[in-house]
Amino acid sequence: MFHIYCPHCEEYREEEEFHPKGEAHLARPEDPDNCTDEEWGDYLFFRKNPRGVHHELWVHAAGCRKFFNVTRDTQSYRIYETYKIGEQPSKAITA
Amino acid sequence: MTQINRLQAGGRIDRSKPLTFRFDGKSYQGYQGDTLASALLANGVDVVGRSFKYSRPRGIMAAGADEPNAVLQLGATEATQIPNVRATQQAVYDGLEAQPTNGWPSVNLDAMGFVGRWFGRFMPPGFYYKTFMYPQSLWMFYEKHIRRAAGLGRSPRAPDADQYDHINQHADVLVVGGGPAGLGAALAAARAGARVMLADEQEEPGGSLLDSAAQIDGEAASVWVTRVVNELADRENVLLLPRSTVNGYHDHNFLTIHERRADHLGDRAPEGMTRQRLHRVRARWVVLATGAHERPLVYGNNDVPGCFVAAALSTYLRRYAVAPGRSLVVSTANDYGYRAAFDWQDAGHEVVALVDSRANPQGAWQEEARERGLRLITGAAVSDVRGSKRVKAAAIVPLNEDGTQATGSLQWLTCDTVATSGGWSPAVHLSCHTGARPQWRDDIIGFVPGESREQMLTAGAVAGSYSLADCLKEGVSAGLKAATEAGFSGADVPVPTVSELAETPPMALFAVPHPKPNSRAPKQFVDYQNDVTAAGIELATREGFESIEHVKRYTAMGFGTDQGKLGNINGMAIAARSLGQTIPETGTTVFRPNYTPVTFGAIAGRHCRELFEPKRYTAMQPWHEQHGAEFENVGQWKRPWYYPKPGESMQEALNRECLATRESVGILDASTLGKIDIQGKDAREFIGRVYSNAWAKLAPGKCRYGLMCGEDGMVFDDGVTSCLGANHFLMTTTTGGAAHVLEWLELYHQTEWPELEVYFNSVTDHWATMGVAGPNSRKLLAELIEDIDLDGEAFRFMDWRQGTICGVPCRVFRISFTGELQYEINVPAHYGLYIWERLFEHGEKYNLTPYGTETMHILRAEKGFIIAGQDTDGSVHPYDLGMGWAVGENKPFSFIGRRGMKREDCVRPNRKQFVGLKTKDPNIVLPEGAHAVADPSQPKPMAMLGHVTSSYYSAFLGRSIALGFIKGGHERMGDTVYYPLEDGRVVEAEICSTIFLDPKGERQNV
Repeated sequence: MFHIYCPHCEEYREEEEFHPKGEAHLARPEDPDNCTDEEWGDYLFFRKNPRGVHHELWVHAAGCRKFFNVTRDTQSYRIYETYKIGEQPSKAITA
Repeated sequence: MTQINRLQAGGRIDRSKPLTFRFDGKSYQGYQGDTLASALLANGVDVVGRSFKYSRPRGIMAAGADEPNAVLQLGATEATQIPNVRATQQAVYDGLEAQPTNGWPSVNLDAMGFVGRWFGRFMPPGFYYKTFMYPQSLWMFYEKHIRRAAGLGRSPRAPDADQYDHINQHADVLVVGGGPAGLGAALAAARAGARVMLADEQEEPGGSLLDSAAQIDGEAASVWVTRVVNELADRENVLLLPRSTVNGYHDHNFLTIHERRADHLGDRAPEGMTRQRLHRVRARWVVLATGAHERPLVYGNNDVPGCFVAAALSTYLRRYAVAPGRSLVVSTANDYGYRAAFDWQDAGHEVVALVDSRANPQGAWQEEARERGLRLITGAAVSDVRGSKRVKAAAIVPLNEDGTQATGSLQWLTCDTVATSGGWSPAVHLSCHTGARPQWRDDIIGFVPGESREQMLTAGAVAGSYSLADCLKEGVSAGLKAATEAGFSGADVPVPTVSELAETPPMALFAVPHPKPNSRAPKQFVDYQNDVTAAGIELATREGFESIEHVKRYTAMGFGTDQGKLGNINGMAIAARSLGQTIPETGTTVFRPNYTPVTFGAIAGRHCRELFEPKRYTAMQPWHEQHGAEFENVGQWKRPWYYPKPGESMQEALNRECLATRESVGILDASTLGKIDIQGKDAREFIGRVYSNAWAKLAPGKCRYGLMCGEDGMVFDDGVTSCLGANHFLMTTTTGGAAHVLEWLELYHQTEWPELEVYFNSVTDHWATMGVAGPNSRKLLAELIEDIDLDGEAFRFMDWRQGTICGVPCRVFRISFTGELQYEINVPAHYGLYIWERLFEHGEKYNLTPYGTETMHILRAEKGFIIAGQDTDGSVHPYDLGMGWAVGENKPFSFIGRRGMKREDCVRPNRKQFVGLKTKDPNIVLPEGAHAVADPSQPKPMAMLGHVTSSYYSAFLGRSIALGFIKGGHERMGDTVYYPLEDGRVVEAEICSTIFLDPKGERQNV
């Protein structure tokens, strides 16, 4: 069970308080109506599934209800950092 | 029966406290301080079980968690049955009742033993796969009998009478294991000021020191243990957990500890005390001091009762004052086995021979053996044993230098006990749980924990350090390091001094060669619990299983409650040799949680029965209960399902509720509907982006129905949203979808449109909601509400008003989920019951009838209203539902779902579309989920056209009605489809409009 640092609460809390919401940094296309089916399909359905460093979106569901990003190693489950929406991960650990 | 094997003096037992217990129907006596295993051995009980496959008699072999045979069933009553208890880990208490887990009619007279003995040679690894594979249809039959014949205990058939707890804990340093290394680590970390937890699985901390002859700081080791334990117990920053097994090591230093608080006290926990606890610990640093398990040698008939691992003999002799035999042969590949011989001799019994496989060992231990006058035989090992329910003789065989070949014939020695030591295997189990692969070390002939990615240190035997001095030193230093890393320092902890005999390097010997090849030699057991033999492992490799993981699964080595604690390394060594590889090349299987079996009680804790899940009730719950409501679970909510009157069937109650509502007035407790308060200057814009329909012009005082879709265009929720003010809205959601919808809104606000100023808050529990529906609803409410003009022109359909009902402030929404004239009254939740009761006082003359969720479903289905989640399943967009009117195609912003529902697949013809269905026979109610076909006589598998999502009997219409999906259904009105049912019937139905009642809305717009 993960121990996750909520960047909004500024505390480590138990995984039970959080929900994972999939891959991070998936921006909704600016103009959905002019996306091709393929572009929209990519946005909707295609996700990275890396073995190693991954950026994920989580929400502190049973806490502050804020969304934030987690940089996590999918193999070791190590969490490198958590950061707020709108921020970018540290370059040093970008896979 | 007397304790024939009990020594006159010594041990950590209290001879003044005799205890009576029963095993396999016989009564025995032990002492306070005994384990069940030591007490059984003291009483001369040799056979404690029968083996899994061959049903061979088995006795106690080990003294701890590694014991494979003495796995017993405990419990004096049906409610207190516990399977899978190791006799070596269970303290004896007065009145303890234990049963062997297999063997019928008893372990000493076993019917299956005959089968195992005579047919065992026809039961190679994979026997069950090979024999019972065909015909496949009979497997279910075979399986039942195979499982009954195997068996390792049974579950209780009565509810557990005891209570169990979960505790969440935090520690700066969690020390696992209370042997010399663990005690040293805990003491050092505690003196540094860290918050320390020390968990030890035995009845008392001390580990190997409790049976050690060593001196620490000039005193007996047990005295040092007492002093350290007392200091730890006195410290406020230390939590000492005896009888507590750290069973799982999970991510981010999260460990679970199974504490047995009362299992040593009696069949049931004392009044007011929980039996067991599961500690869920988040530790900053972990020190693993889990020690090591001694490996027995593998030799012929090595499972005959009387065969022990050498260190276990020392434990029984010195800690429990039990000598489980009279004449001993020790066979060892190292110096550790010598200790058993010395202790045996000290107890006054005969050591027939001390056999060392090394060619010419010369060291302190050998010197002492000679001084003691022991018969030391070198360059040899035990290869075979004679006896069935007890060892009668052991045969030794001379070996070549690397132990791979027998260089002579068997020499038989008369004895009743055999003790062997092939060296130590570090207890790497917990480290494996974290994903670290064990690393082989040639110098210690064992696997040590691999590099950890957790904040974890190892100390002592688990790290491959077997001398007492090293264990103490590493323990203290690991404890200090862990405390320092956790932010504490400045402790002064001297390393205790010990004097020990110097060691001579051990020899790598796992299986002792037999003069006959293994396939013809007597059975040489590797994994006792699963009856896996050396020949079986060799057969597996011959049959092509090269990966150790495959060998494991084919032979079942390391399975079951034992998890290979005793046999795994021997098995890997045998497989490696058979494959012509080294052990590190072959590798090891890894261990998974749990380390030892955990009771379901501890896993469940208090999360059972009425505390299994939180229940949510509305403010009107007492009234519902008083009026005989049957309840339905909707998420965590308990909702009234229907209100049967005495003697009424469910359908009769539904008919009555439906008719009363349509003919006069009914009332529904709708408090559970999700309610989200939305405020902010951009609230309206935001709502327009998440609902499919238009919101720009909804004025204060107005309500509107909305469909919520995913980006894929599929409907996932719906509800009415009301404009409370220019920048203030109240959104309602389905009961089950409330939390998900709120999270969905937050997701889009926080990640996509943070520039919008909008705030969301759940107000579901703040309001009690009553839906008052039916032609008389207006008349009824007019008696109670004074300050709202209920006139049909003044307060129109899809309006809402603020007012007062019986002196209580309320919001009244004129919305309808029944198709009737309907008002939804919202009052602050704590007034809910009061207003509900006032409504019934005034409603009696109108036959005001409470109705539940089932009648609500029927009434809405008559009107063709969907239930999101019942009529939709995530593959249905608004056009499929025939609700294109709820899609705001002209909205400027590309709302969520718009692009999705234009994808190629969403606009293709022949999609499944939402339609009404009328059975030809109006009395037949289609089962929900039934599949439609065009031609019921077509061959299987039939081409499906769609399925039924909602189906009811409508009392008001006097016939059954159904809703469902049909391919291209919107263009197929009037067509006939067929529903072949499971029972062979075929139901014919006609496709029709989803609106069965009042298509023009004349009933609600009055």
